[in-house]
Amino acid sequence: MCLGIPGEVTALSERDGLPYGSVRFGGVTRDVCLACQPDVVVGDFVLVHVGLAIARIDRAQAESAWRVLEQLGQTAEVTDPVSEGEGGGGS
Amino acid sequence: MKYLEEYRDPVVAEGLLREIRRVARSPWVIMEVCGGQTHSIVRYGIDRMLPPEIELVHGPGCPVCVTALETIDRAHAIAAQPDVIFTSFGDMLRVPGSRGDLLSLRGRGADVRVVYSPLDAVSIARENPQRRVVFLGIGFETTAPANAMALVQARRLGVRNFSMLLSHVLVPPAIASILQTRGNRVQAFLGPGHVCAVVGTREYEAIAARYGVPIVITGFEPVDLLEGILMAVRQLEAGTATVENQYARTVTREGNAIAKEILAGVFEVTDRKWRGIGAIPKSGYKIRYEYRDHDADRIFAVDEIATEEPAACISGLVLRGLKKPGDCPAFGNTCTPRSPLGATMVSAEGACAAYYQYGRSVPVEAAE
Repeated sequence: MCLGIPGEVTALSERDGLPYGSVRFGGVTRDVCLACQPDVVVGDFVLVHVGLAIARIDRAQAESAWRVLEQLGQTAEVTDPVSEGEGGGGS
Repeated sequence: MKYLEEYRDPVVAEGLLREIRRVARSPWVIMEVCGGQTHSIVRYGIDRMLPPEIELVHGPGCPVCVTALETIDRAHAIAAQPDVIFTSFGDMLRVPGSRGDLLSLRGRGADVRVVYSPLDAVSIARENPQRRVVFLGIGFETTAPANAMALVQARRLGVRNFSMLLSHVLVPPAIASILQTRGNRVQAFLGPGHVCAVVGTREYEAIAARYGVPIVITGFEPVDLLEGILMAVRQLEAGTATVENQYARTVTREGNAIAKEILAGVFEVTDRKWRGIGAIPKSGYKIRYEYRDHDADRIFAVDEIATEEPAACISGLVLRGLKKPGDCPAFGNTCTPRSPLGATMVSAEGACAAYYQYGRSVPVEAAE
C-alpha cells in the first residue's frame, strides 16, 4: 500500500481537463492521471500509485523495482486491480 | 545467505552485508516504517542475514492495518443504505469490521465495488447520477494525492453524488509517537521511500533532531534495505542523528511540489485513531470545509460507534516495535490471515501476515 508501481508511458491524452497517459506495467496497459507529473513524455518511466503518477524514474530503476514487486506478489494493483480474491485489490 | 542469489546484484548485497558486520559493534534496534519494506525484509530473509547486533522491528506502515475498526463499522453503516454504491481498494473492503467485511454486505443487497483508483469512483458517480457513490479513502502520504485529486475532480466537474469517507494517516507523527512510547526500543528508522517521493524528506529533519534518532529514507528492494541499514548503523555507531536519503534516485528533499499543493488545498491535518495504537495527535488528514459537499462524514449521519479489539491481540505492541509476531500466543493459532484478530494480520502488508505468509511461525532464534 505504500508502494508505487513502475511503468512506461506509451501515449499521452487528456481526460476531463486533466493530463492522462497510457502506462504499460509488464504486459498490462492502464490509463494513469499525470496531473502531478505533467512534463512526462512518451517513453518516460513513472511510479504510479492507485491511478496517479507520483514520480518520474529511469528505465533501469523501473525494471529492477518491477522485478522485486513481482517476487513480492505486489503487482496486482495494476495487473488485477478489481480482483476480489485473496491477495488482489488495489491498495 | 540462501536468499542472496535472488538479488538483482548479489555481489553488492554481499558487500553491504560484510560492511554492516564490520561496522556494527554495539546492539542496535532499527525499525523499518513501511509495510512494503517489512514484506521485502521477511520475503528475502534480510533480518536473518544481519549480524546479531542488529535487530529489525516492524513499523506501523500498513495503512489498511491501522484503519480504525470504527471507520470500517461506519463504512458498513453507509454502505448498507439502499441508494449507495460503496467503493474502495480491494484490500480495504476485505478487512473484517465488527460486523464482517464490507464485501460481505453484498449478500444483504448492498452495492459494494472494488476500484483501482479513487478517480474511478468519481467516474462511477457520473455514470450513476441517481445513486450516491462513496469512496473509503485510506492510506499514507503515498495514496493521499490520488484521493485528493478525486475530490478536486468531483468538485470541478460538479459530481454532487460523490463523497469520500476519509481516514488518512501520516508517517512523521507515528514515528514521534513510537519514540514517546514508554519502553521504546527503536534507535533508528528506515523511512518510507514512496511516501517521501510525494512529501519529501524535509519534515523528518525536526524529528531526527528533537529525538536524537537517525532516519534513513530507504527504498524497498533488498539492496536498498541493506544499504539503508548500513547507513543507519554507521550513524548509530558514530553517535549522529540526521536524515539521510538512501533512495535519492526517487526521493528529493522537497518531494512532489504539485502533489503537495493539491494536498494542502483539499486536506487539513487532524487527530487520528490508529487501529492497535490508539489516538495520535495530528496524525491524519480530514477533508477541508471547502469540500464539505463531498465529505461523507458530513453527509451521512452515522452515530458514534464504539468498538473493542480482542484482548488476546498484541498488534499494538508489534506496531511500536515492542514485540515480534512470533511473541504472540495467538499467532498462527487463533489468529491467521483468514481469521485475523487484529491490525497486523488483516492485510498482506501487516507484519504478522508477512511472517505467516513466509512461514515464520516460530521465533527467529528457534528456527535457526
